[in-house]
Amino acid sequence: MKSVAVIGASLAGLYAARALRAQGFDGRLVIVGEEHHRPYDRPPLSKDFLTGATADQGQLALADAEEIAELDAEWLLGTRATGLDLHGRTVLLDGGRSLATDGVVLATGATPRRLPGPAPTGTHTLRTLEDAQALRAELTRGPVRVVVIGGGFIGAEVASSCARLGHDVTVVEAAPLPLVPQLGDTMAGICSALHADHGVTLLTGTGVARLHDGGAGNRVTGVELADGRLLPAEVVVIGIGVRPNTAWLEGSGLPLDDGVCCDAGGVTPQPHIVAVGDVARVDGIRAEHWTSATEQAAVAAQNLLAGGTVATHRSLPYFWSDQYGVRIQFAGRRLPTDTPRIVEGSPDDRSFLACYERDGRTTAVLALNRPRPFMRLRRELARATQPVTT
Amino acid sequence: MIPVCHLADLPAGESVRIDTAPPIAVFHADGQLYAIDDTCTHQDASLADGWLEGCLVECPLHAASFDLRTGAPTCLPARRAVRTHPVTVEDGMIYVHHHAAEEGTAA
Ligand SMILES: Cc1cc2nc3c(=O)[nH]c(=O)nc-3n(C[C@H](O)[C@H](O)[C@H](O)COP(=O)(O)OP(=O)(O)OC[C@H]3O[C@@H](n4cnc5c(N)ncnc54)[C@H](O)[C@@H]3O)c2cc1C
Ligand code: FES
Repeated sequence: MKSVAVIGASLAGLYAARALRAQGFDGRLVIVGEEHHRPYDRPPLSKDFLTGATADQGQLALADAEEIAELDAEWLLGTRATGLDLHGRTVLLDGGRSLATDGVVLATGATPRRLPGPAPTGTHTLRTLEDAQALRAELTRGPVRVVVIGGGFIGAEVASSCARLGHDVTVVEAAPLPLVPQLGDTMAGICSALHADHGVTLLTGTGVARLHDGGAGNRVTGVELADGRLLPAEVVVIGIGVRPNTAWLEGSGLPLDDGVCCDAGGVTPQPHIVAVGDVARVDGIRAEHWTSATEQAAVAAQNLLAGGTVATHRSLPYFWSDQYGVRIQFAGRRLPTDTPRIVEGSPDDRSFLACYERDGRTTAVLALNRPRPFMRLRRELARATQPVTT
Repeated sequence: MIPVCHLADLPAGESVRIDTAPPIAVFHADGQLYAIDDTCTHQDASLADGWLEGCLVECPLHAASFDLRTGAPTCLPARRAVRTHPVTVEDGMIYVHHHAAEEGTAA
């Protein structure tokens, strides 16, 4: 393989590029990214970057100048890929350009879902550095009423950051309880209670009917709920999940179904094309977590260079979230029927360790502010559930 | 010189965080004491909570690993080294030597 194009210049794309070089690929490496920035880290955008605790944009950078130089890649930033010709092995770029390449890494990530209808000024989604800067600029002008639509991890982190900045915050969640798909009822209930601990109102079981704006300047004035209630708001943040960025691949012949379908090694039916990170549906599952993006990248790079699936991504899923000064960490594969058991600490102190159990076996572990025992159990679980070889 | 704790209270394989500014983590690896800045240079995690293996400590958040002897990261995502600090034991008491950190108590 003489040339590889990495499409998407963020976490998964960078880690794939690194892995290709680390595994000895010394051909032409082109990294195409729609954003104008070199790869930066997104998790701080809803946390310390939003509150201003890490205001320095440079701290978000995923690679320093030295590493960028070592990578020896051509960077096409501010450039969007618009299509893929599988057989001609060509990536189409905006502006009518195209890029001939032997191998392709698809790492185009995901985009926040929006509400139907127009988005008045003062409504935000949070994915990019610009999104975070725009939201932060509104939050530093003085106390406002913030409504966060969606009580998932990003919504909860934004609510926490807004509360810390002194705003009046309400979270609206359509489900009876947020975080249930990830954590199950009991643990979701405990995590959701963090909002009330910090004076944030959580309204559940009601969707949003529409946003109100004042007409003048089209600035948002409130959120009308499906049950008719009206929540006045000067700032609205929409955190209702993401959609994988696959639109540009439609018609390419690659199988797409809520992500680019690939096998457990990140390989698509075309062995010279692999997919990694939030855009990849790996063996039927699409992960939207930092650690999966980095791990998948190393495996997919190996397979791309090997010309077929020689390794699979089987490590234990892991994610973390920081809310209201509480670090939540979760690892494992739980089913809705698994029962959580608190093995250390207490939910009342918002510091505990819980194991999810199925037939007497631990399938997953959750910790609130218990990093050390969590880490120990995460390792045990990884050892117990992984075959020794990949 | 900052008192940490009695050597007897820090068995091999254990670590303790001292609330200096910035906080310092003291590790008892196999037969050797090490002190480094406690906060991972990647984001915000306490290395005293990390996984100790030989003279490497793995960060509990995103698994960057640091060499306790040099403070240098041995793998990503951390790219910057943590500072190391000299440690001594006098009369069974562990001390960390550090000028910039303010004195505090063991956490
Ligand atoms: C605010 C926020 C907080 C988060 N917090 C956590 C957390 O606490 N814990 C955790 O585990 N995970 C967290 N995540 C998730 C984590 O950041 C993602 O899983 C990770 O960024 C996925 O990386 P990726 O490279 O696959 O996709 P992305 O980071 O989305 O990158 C995709 C890149 O591709 C570019 N692109 C898209 N289409 C094209 C195209 N056609 N041509 C060229 N370029 C294109 C995009 O502009 C983007 O730069 C958070 C995410 C966000 C947004
Ligand atoms: S905070 Fe230590 S590796 Fe990320």
